[in-house]
Amino acid sequence: MSRNVRRRFTSTASLSIIYALTGLALVPLGLVLWFTVTKGLPAVVHPEFFYNSYRPVGVPGAGVAHAIAGTAIMVGLASLMAIPVGVLGGVYLAEYDRAGWASWVRLASDVLVGTPSIAVGLFAYALVVAPLHHFSGIAGSVALAILMLPIVIRTTEGAVSLIPGGLRESGLALGLPRWRVSLQLILPAASPGVITGALLAVARASGETAPLLFTGFGNLIFRLDPTQPLAALPLFVYHNALTPYKSLQEQAWGAALVLVVMVLGINLVSRWVLRRQIRLAGQL
Amino acid sequence: MSAAPTLRRAPDRFRTFTAVVAWAAPAALVLIVLILLQQAAPAVRRFGFGFLTGSDWNPVTDSFGALPAIFGTVATSGLALALSLPVGVAVAVLLAEQGHAKVRGVIGTGIELLAAIPSVVYGIWALYVLAPFTLEHIETPLVDRLGFIGFLSGPPRQTSLLTASLVLAVMILPTLTAISRDVIRAVPRGLRENSVALGATWWETTWRVILPAARAGIFGATILGLGRALGETIAVTMVIGNRYEIPHSIFYPAYTLASVIANEFTEATGTLYPAALVELGLVLILVTLAVNVVALLLVRSTQARMAA
Repeated sequence: MSRNVRRRFTSTASLSIIYALTGLALVPLGLVLWFTVTKGLPAVVHPEFFYNSYRPVGVPGAGVAHAIAGTAIMVGLASLMAIPVGVLGGVYLAEYDRAGWASWVRLASDVLVGTPSIAVGLFAYALVVAPLHHFSGIAGSVALAILMLPIVIRTTEGAVSLIPGGLRESGLALGLPRWRVSLQLILPAASPGVITGALLAVARASGETAPLLFTGFGNLIFRLDPTQPLAALPLFVYHNALTPYKSLQEQAWGAALVLVVMVLGINLVSRWVLRRQIRLAGQL
Repeated sequence: MSAAPTLRRAPDRFRTFTAVVAWAAPAALVLIVLILLQQAAPAVRRFGFGFLTGSDWNPVTDSFGALPAIFGTVATSGLALALSLPVGVAVAVLLAEQGHAKVRGVIGTGIELLAAIPSVVYGIWALYVLAPFTLEHIETPLVDRLGFIGFLSGPPRQTSLLTASLVLAVMILPTLTAISRDVIRAVPRGLRENSVALGATWWETTWRVILPAARAGIFGATILGLGRALGETIAVTMVIGNRYEIPHSIFYPAYTLASVIANEFTEATGTLYPAALVELGLVLILVTLAVNVVALLLVRSTQARMAA
């Protein structure tokens, strides 16, 4: 076998190995989805799963309404805190300060994305729970807001940077002050990208467990008061999965299925919105 | 003709306002570290550096040392990286330059969705699917054949250092892949064309030209993945076995910094016990901060150098 034949063979073989490894990488995704759906469906097919709350083991008709409500409240409050701050911060980075000091803000945001969420939970505990002597939904939403903030900042910055300078210049040429150009021309034009960032942040926050362990804490009854401990879907999955009771485990799988459908749904929608943004920015 | 009216520049209040708001992110980061430092103070004062080297963890005698948790964190993350890195780079090479664009799009989306799945879902999956599988098809055969080697000795268990590392490997794969793909894409096309023009095969070009050029960036991606693995809490807590000891074998239960906090913080009473747990958190966050900063700078400098 000549040297060249061997070289070509090596090349083809290595390419096949790379394809095989890529297939291997997708196996966990398939398996996680498969087991979540097949093990979660038996719980989810009962409609009361969505409107009933906790029932003791053995009592039929248990549901996760309390956990859905808790997640909605905590993620909602966190969004109210993180999204406006993140959007304005992103506008600042893209519109005013592309180099200079802003690179510190950028680095800090990226580092914050990688900060262990359990540490953020400890922070929220010290900041909110300890002074009030009380676990609460508010403490949970503070922790979630910190985890959402950097995602919103960076995606907003990206979306605003895509808007071509011509739009900015025409606004300024018409005599609009800069803040109106930013808020009334640039932001609306960038809105699909901004919405994508907000959606991704919401998806991330909805799936977080660790920072809620000692802030939102969890709770068994249907409750809408954020000054009290609140349940959350991820917490529900975590606690129930670790119990020895089959029925509770089944509910945990059901709640996991709800989470996965929600989070992956949000991700796919935001992807679609973002593609529109890129097309739109190309037309401007 | 009179002179043109001089433009009076009003102070741009909107700029100032958004600037202040944008600094919320760095402020949060600094505040997190400071508050954790303050909360950990009693333990820091009491144990000093001995906290990092001590291996006792006993709330009854108020004796706390972080070594087993540090060991478990480093061991699970290291093993996860070793498993995930070859796969991640292979996928990145494929996504960066091989195959049909549609296929790449589907694979890329699939890998990114892996990152979006909440860690508690990985946790429940690892506990009920991966752990039994690992016990039966990985640990048992390995112990039977290679059990005489210290770190592969039995008995095999469902919840172990290995199971935790496996689930971590899956969870950091998207980070590794996405960033490696970006740095490989940033390698100038000319390099590849020149290599092919000289008669190199696809593999020779990739292995000897592209990957070396992207090396620093791939290293950065690896460290970012490491940062993720170090801080991951829930999925690990569910399958690592939660034993505060330095394990003798990868099939033994262990503990990580994050899982100790997750399991014990709500039950910690007194002054020293919660402070010691927060100090574990402080160790964790300082390490991940350092790791993340180094990694981000590496990735950015590689991309900037390629663009130049």
